[in-house]
Amino acid sequence: MGLFILRRVLTMVLTALCLTFVVFFMTNLYPNLEKLAKSEGNFRMTDVEVASWLSQNGYRSPVDPDLLAAYRSGQIESEEASRGINTGFDVRLFRNYAEWLGVMPGYVIETPSGAVNARCQAPGTALEDAPNFCGILQGYWGFSSVFKDTVGSVIGTRLALTGKLMFWVMVLMVPTALLVGVLAGMREGSALDRSLSTFSITSTATPEYVSGVIFIAVFTSSAVGLKWFKGSAASAMDDANFQNFFLPVLTIALYGMGYIARMTRASMAEVMNAQYIRTARLKGVSFRNIVLKHALRNALIAPFTVIMLQFPWLLNGVVIVESLFNYKGFGWTLVQAAGNNDIELLLGVSVVSVIVVLVTQLISDIGYVYLNPRISVT
Amino acid sequence: MPEACIRHAPKSPEYLNQEAGDTPCSGDGIMTETYDGPILEIEDLSISFFTRLREIPAVMDFSVKVMPGEAVGLVGESGCGKSTVALGIMQDLGKNGRVVGGTIKFKGRDLNTMSREELRRVRGSEIAMIYQEPMASLNPAMKIGRQLMEVPMIHKGSSEKDAFERALQVVTDVKLPDPKRILNSYPHQLSGGQQQRIVIAMALMAEPSLLILDEPTTALDVTVEAAVVELVKELGRKYGTSMLFISHNLGLVLETCDRICVMYSGEAVETGSIEDVFDQMMHPYTQALFRSIPLPGADKATRPLVAIPGNFPLPHERPPGCNFGPRCDYFEAGRCDAVSRVPMDSVPGDERHRTRCLQFREIDWNAPPANVVVKEKTEPGRPVLSMKGLKKYYEVAANSLFGGSGATKVVKANETLTFEARESETLAIVGESGCGKSTFAKVLMGLETATDGTILLDGRSIEDIPIEKRDPRTVADVQMVFQNPFDTLNPSMTVGRQIIRALEVFGVGASDADRRERMLTLLDLVKLPREFAGRMPRQLSGGQKQRVGIARAFAGGARIVVADEPVSALDVSVQAAVTDLLMDIQHEQKTTLLFISHDLSIVRYLSDRVMVMYLGHVVELGTTEQVFAPPYHPYTEALLSAVPIADTAVHKKRIVLEGDVPSAMNPPPGCPFQTRCRWKDHVPDGLCDREVPPVRILAEGHQVKCHLSDADFAAMEPVITLAAE
Repeated sequence: MGLFILRRVLTMVLTALCLTFVVFFMTNLYPNLEKLAKSEGNFRMTDVEVASWLSQNGYRSPVDPDLLAAYRSGQIESEEASRGINTGFDVRLFRNYAEWLGVMPGYVIETPSGAVNARCQAPGTALEDAPNFCGILQGYWGFSSVFKDTVGSVIGTRLALTGKLMFWVMVLMVPTALLVGVLAGMREGSALDRSLSTFSITSTATPEYVSGVIFIAVFTSSAVGLKWFKGSAASAMDDANFQNFFLPVLTIALYGMGYIARMTRASMAEVMNAQYIRTARLKGVSFRNIVLKHALRNALIAPFTVIMLQFPWLLNGVVIVESLFNYKGFGWTLVQAAGNNDIELLLGVSVVSVIVVLVTQLISDIGYVYLNPRISVT
Repeated sequence: MPEACIRHAPKSPEYLNQEAGDTPCSGDGIMTETYDGPILEIEDLSISFFTRLREIPAVMDFSVKVMPGEAVGLVGESGCGKSTVALGIMQDLGKNGRVVGGTIKFKGRDLNTMSREELRRVRGSEIAMIYQEPMASLNPAMKIGRQLMEVPMIHKGSSEKDAFERALQVVTDVKLPDPKRILNSYPHQLSGGQQQRIVIAMALMAEPSLLILDEPTTALDVTVEAAVVELVKELGRKYGTSMLFISHNLGLVLETCDRICVMYSGEAVETGSIEDVFDQMMHPYTQALFRSIPLPGADKATRPLVAIPGNFPLPHERPPGCNFGPRCDYFEAGRCDAVSRVPMDSVPGDERHRTRCLQFREIDWNAPPANVVVKEKTEPGRPVLSMKGLKKYYEVAANSLFGGSGATKVVKANETLTFEARESETLAIVGESGCGKSTFAKVLMGLETATDGTILLDGRSIEDIPIEKRDPRTVADVQMVFQNPFDTLNPSMTVGRQIIRALEVFGVGASDADRRERMLTLLDLVKLPREFAGRMPRQLSGGQKQRVGIARAFAGGARIVVADEPVSALDVSVQAAVTDLLMDIQHEQKTTLLFISHDLSIVRYLSDRVMVMYLGHVVELGTTEQVFAPPYHPYTEALLSAVPIADTAVHKKRIVLEGDVPSAMNPPPGCPFQTRCRWKDHVPDGLCDREVPPVRILAEGHQVKCHLSDADFAAMEPVITLAAE
């Protein structure tokens, strides 16, 4: 078992490296960097100035010195110079990725003006005190340009808020979905099955941005008049209660619930038609015990994987619901980071997402082994 | 679904009548032990399944009586309603099934009128059932012990400790090694034979009065089957349990039962004691059934099998009058089809021997079968196929699921096969699952290449040429008839198109019209109507599909045809016809037939030479006479003893092999058969444990792989003897 987990962790690290590299590549495309340079430096920079700013801040390889000199001395026009700038792929990307990871020393670049830009130098400290390496591995996640705070602390607080939301979603969604699925599947074709199946299909077919809006309209607004809940969950960040927190939880849970219930129902219905259930029935086992003792464990093997797959997928739902209910969690942060071209924060968010996905998959595999005696890892 | 049949049952008028009158079944469900009438009494039982279109009668007017301690066999082909009877007794007919008439009395109480709660108490404690597929009938996610202990805990309210003690005792009773370990394992960790023993143990946990066995050994190997049957008989005697034994195998019923009931198309056609039915049969179907199965004494040249003409009628297409009428040799138009239903009638002088035939008093039952064509025997010609020292090894990773860190193991699927097969000869290859007979076929076909050794086809060596590199002539020369005709035809292509496709691959015919003509003659050859060319496989019955498979195999004028259990998936009455067809074509085209089978009766009937395989080794090879008479290889001896023979005149020596066939992944050292051999102690110095026996020539063309001395071989007695008339 230990060896199995070790092997899986190694695969996970490899997968994480690949995925983060893809995100790193996308966020470091030239147009993004150009926007960054203009917002950090000044909005009136010419193309050549942008390129030179980027190279001095370690984002790109140095601009051709001849071109720069020719431009600076006015020998060539701005437009002609900008044609000479590389805006496509830059091999420096690999080095930047390694620096970001923390496996290569951070850059130290001397600008022509004499100042020194170093990746690891925190503002207001001496260059000599800065560490050689500063990346994810050293715990340095970068600095968020939107929140004016370190990415680590932004993600920490936001993730805790979303964790609270996800916990309650799971508490509501999983037991309800399993119950609905098992009840529907144990007597295939019965009236109970049909009504529960209709419910599951309806709930899966209604995405959060539809159900959320409906809930807000019905239960919080004066349009219908049922002012049972609050339309904003902002207050739930500090003090969550039923009134301000139930609607966002329900909105996310409903969508996933139908899906899990459908899976559980299909699995349960199949198990209930299996020969060993007939064996149990003809052994004189009561219907209740057939369902609880004989069918349930076999029927839960398939939905278990689905439930674990819901975790990463919940991150999606969280983006919509958090924006809808103004709950400033992880999803909301992602929207902010993406909308404001906050590269370091985006990278941090993606690393966390990748880890969440991979860890839930590992848990899913291990749990599967325990549920299904036919699979053994030893 | 129990609630479903309960929901339907009260609708039947019988229930209402009885409900108003008496209350005998409202007790606590446990009968007093003083009851001495029949354990099970079924009278005029009719069961129907209801679909949206129509009512389909599955069982009609069925009666049977099982006395205490008696074993009754229920015999018939698939679809005749025998399993429906079993489920009817259990009142577990599913949503669509319903008892529409008659009574099923268990110890005098009608099961049809019992409440769900009462039924639950009878099931498992008083009536227990053993099923066809042991793996599917055990809960995969529950330990064996739990599944066994459940029975006394439900029915007797036993404590967990008592239940465990009982489980341990029963598991010991069914002769499983290391009962404690078995109780603590999951079903998938046991072999098929062990699983079936667990299912039997589960049925015996509550010491039921009636045991229903639904084809309990169909999925098992013959030697394992023999051991399981022996066990069931022994336990039946020990516990005094009555048994209802459902099977399609007449031989098995002869060995296990006191009485037999033959079913055809939803009706019982003949019931009586084993001796009555086997020796003085009084129904044309019973007679036809016996004539279509190979018994000792049958011979393909002088006493061929007689196939039952026609097909089994579908439940909603039954003919008027006698159901068997259209296929019956004695059919009289205007008489057999004039009545709406033929009633059951007692044979004079024997109250309990009954038959459903209008003419049984007039038919001369001892007349030899009419229209038997005696064929001359063909002489084998020159060798076509020659194998020398063929070996096929597979390498498997010890743990392939999660990436291999363990050492790879070598599975020796075929170990030094050496033999020759001649023109128009039938060579049977016999052995149980895992003996390497399918691997051998794959290597010959070119689906795998040999590890070592040579295969010469007409002098050309083909062992290293995979099928995709063989030229069309070689491909057409070596063809195969597969075991399961249901899976081997493309479901979305017409029959004619599939045969033409084979002709194209084999490079037969110059134009499309040519090939179409050839395809039609092939259909003639396999005795299918030419209209079938435009049919889809799903419109054909199993036997017809297998005929298409045969036509395809012979399409390119094959020199060698490998028939891998070609009839084992078919019904008994169809088997004879397909076997006959295969023999006829072989006879005509002088093909070499390699007949792979585990059924020694059919092998004895049709083959010229027999090769017996065990764990990849050829343990015996000789002519059919040599192999079926002593001296035997010890494995052949056990195999012969294991095959059930449906003839009361045959006496068999009982040799029951212990345990299962060892895994090919982990074969025993020395002789492959030493773990189960009953002759092992005749060989001194533990030679069997150490060395693989050499090939010994016992007579011209008869070879055996065994360490036994010549004296031991000479002392062997025949396993099968025909009693003197």
